[in-house]
Amino acid sequence: MIDVIVDLVAATLRIGTPLLLAALGEIITERSGVLNLGIEGIMYSSAFSGIAAASYTGSLWIGLLVAVGTGLVAGFILAFLTVTLGVNQHVAGLGLTLFLISTSNTVNRILFTSEGGQARVDPWSSIGFGGPIFDQYVFTYGTLFVGAPLVWWIVWRSGFGLRVRAVGENPEAADVAGIQVARTRYQAILLGTVFMSLAGAFITLAYVGQFTINIINGRGWVAVALVIFGRWNVGRCIVGAAIFSLVNAGQLQLRLVPAFADIPFELLLALPFLAVIVGLAVSGRNVPYPGSYLKPYRRL
Amino acid sequence: MKPRFVLRADDPWWRGPALVALAALVTFVVTAALIRWSGGNPIAAFRYMFINPLQSRFGFTESILSATPLVFTGAAVAIAFRAGYWNIGAEGQLLAGTIGATWFGLHADSLPSVVAVPGILVAGAICGAAWSLVPALLRARLGIDEVVTTLLLNPVALLVITGLLNGPWRNSETGFPDSDVIAKSAMMPVVWPDTRVHLGLAFGVVVTLMCWWFVGRMTGGLKLRAVGLAPGAARIAGLHVERTLLSTAVVSGGIAGMGGASEIAGVAHQLTIGISSGFGYTGVIVATLAALSFVGSLVVALMLGIINVGSFSASRALSIPSTMGEVIQSVLLITVVAALVIQKYRIVWKRGDA
Repeated sequence: MIDVIVDLVAATLRIGTPLLLAALGEIITERSGVLNLGIEGIMYSSAFSGIAAASYTGSLWIGLLVAVGTGLVAGFILAFLTVTLGVNQHVAGLGLTLFLISTSNTVNRILFTSEGGQARVDPWSSIGFGGPIFDQYVFTYGTLFVGAPLVWWIVWRSGFGLRVRAVGENPEAADVAGIQVARTRYQAILLGTVFMSLAGAFITLAYVGQFTINIINGRGWVAVALVIFGRWNVGRCIVGAAIFSLVNAGQLQLRLVPAFADIPFELLLALPFLAVIVGLAVSGRNVPYPGSYLKPYRRL
Repeated sequence: MKPRFVLRADDPWWRGPALVALAALVTFVVTAALIRWSGGNPIAAFRYMFINPLQSRFGFTESILSATPLVFTGAAVAIAFRAGYWNIGAEGQLLAGTIGATWFGLHADSLPSVVAVPGILVAGAICGAAWSLVPALLRARLGIDEVVTTLLLNPVALLVITGLLNGPWRNSETGFPDSDVIAKSAMMPVVWPDTRVHLGLAFGVVVTLMCWWFVGRMTGGLKLRAVGLAPGAARIAGLHVERTLLSTAVVSGGIAGMGGASEIAGVAHQLTIGISSGFGYTGVIVATLAALSFVGSLVVALMLGIINVGSFSASRALSIPSTMGEVIQSVLLITVVAALVIQKYRIVWKRGDA
């Protein structure tokens, strides 16, 4: 029994790391009033470009840098479309995701699978001590003890965060107060994509060590849902990510229990997605969306 | 020097088409670089993708076949977006439709075709509508963003199919994870002799035209557009915003589900894990490129069908990745939405901090 609980907690921490990282990025972005539906594609393309660069150069760190660079380029495209042009954010984000996923798959064929190969590296391993629960990746500790407090501090305590929230709640007032709305939104989107691309890079460069088609598998959409569930607060998002990851770790454990062998494993795989939807439903109505959510701002 | 966007007062007739042509040009340049990288000749590849399918009867009818599911998903997305209901779950709703259609098709042996063919579409529509009901209810009753919930249900629908095919619906002869072939009577008849173009296309066109008629010409359609354009004003005017959203979402899911049924009854004749190659997501591209016009979406669906067929023949002939078609479609989406916005504005370069 103790073993099961230990495994459960350890798996929860591993599964939750990329989700929380991506959700942190989405919090910053949405606080500025912009929805980044490109998140799924940004995680996907960073996961791919990171491991592709790492396998060519032999350095995981260069892979990480390339992954973040990919995310920044994608973020810039999204910012240009949604902030400068004011394109519908659902369409721009989904279009960006479709573009990044199909392009990553195409480049993957050109570089690796056309010759029957596969992008593969010796991934970062866990820290190597601390027992079954605390022997986790540096990423995991970094996300929990650096990333999350940092984002909380940025959003609630820094001058930049104040500008981001002002622009997200009431861009007209922020503009009158002398805040450059477009520049602030660009900064928020780009900073957000850094976290999203770290989440993607974690999956290939540490968690899995190889790239396979459909590797992100809806994690980006889950992160968007976690942000709504967390009401754009870091603390609530951590709770949400923990619950989701626990359900996910739980279904992995259940598959090993003989009594559950008759239940189709696909049903268990669907469980975490359904848990998110149930979570959104029970977390109640009247969710306080940022005031200018989805609204482009343009001086008249 | 800073760019600023100012609303145009004039709108000459040539600006729209010119900007869309510019968008297409940008798309060509971006994708040509990728084709070049994969070792192919971009000009030859574009000829395979856009010209070749139109030069042979086979290529053209295969393009129509490939456009058929997109006609359904394009209409499904367009009607939802018109009402301001951001249904990005057409993929899951189409997959749900294939489940309903397969169930009906496997049990339709004793039915005559006149009953079974409409029946299989209805079965698909019911399942698609049911799949969209949960996000729609959450939105209408609790105000929960439908974008996330419809998106999250897409992978769930695929998991349900995988579960069915690995379990109760596993092929009884081969043991492979694809279902048995549906009853002959439930299969869509071919409407263009010696090709694979089937009756599903006709149903898709009729459904699209019905949407056009309803949204453009009926009172209910006017309400739907009012809710989409200004929900606050619509509410003050006494419209039932939530009820409109709910019914639109269900109709949208039903149309997507019918698209799934059309694929089962018209092409595959059995359920497979790869039954949909992202038809629901491509439906968003279709509806957006058509600027949410129903008649326009028929044209765009055919265009994307041509690109689909063309990119496969380009892939075979020039050994470039077949996923290039998806890249072209998504780049086209991004450049065209940008062009449609730029069309309405002119850019003023201003000095200083303004």
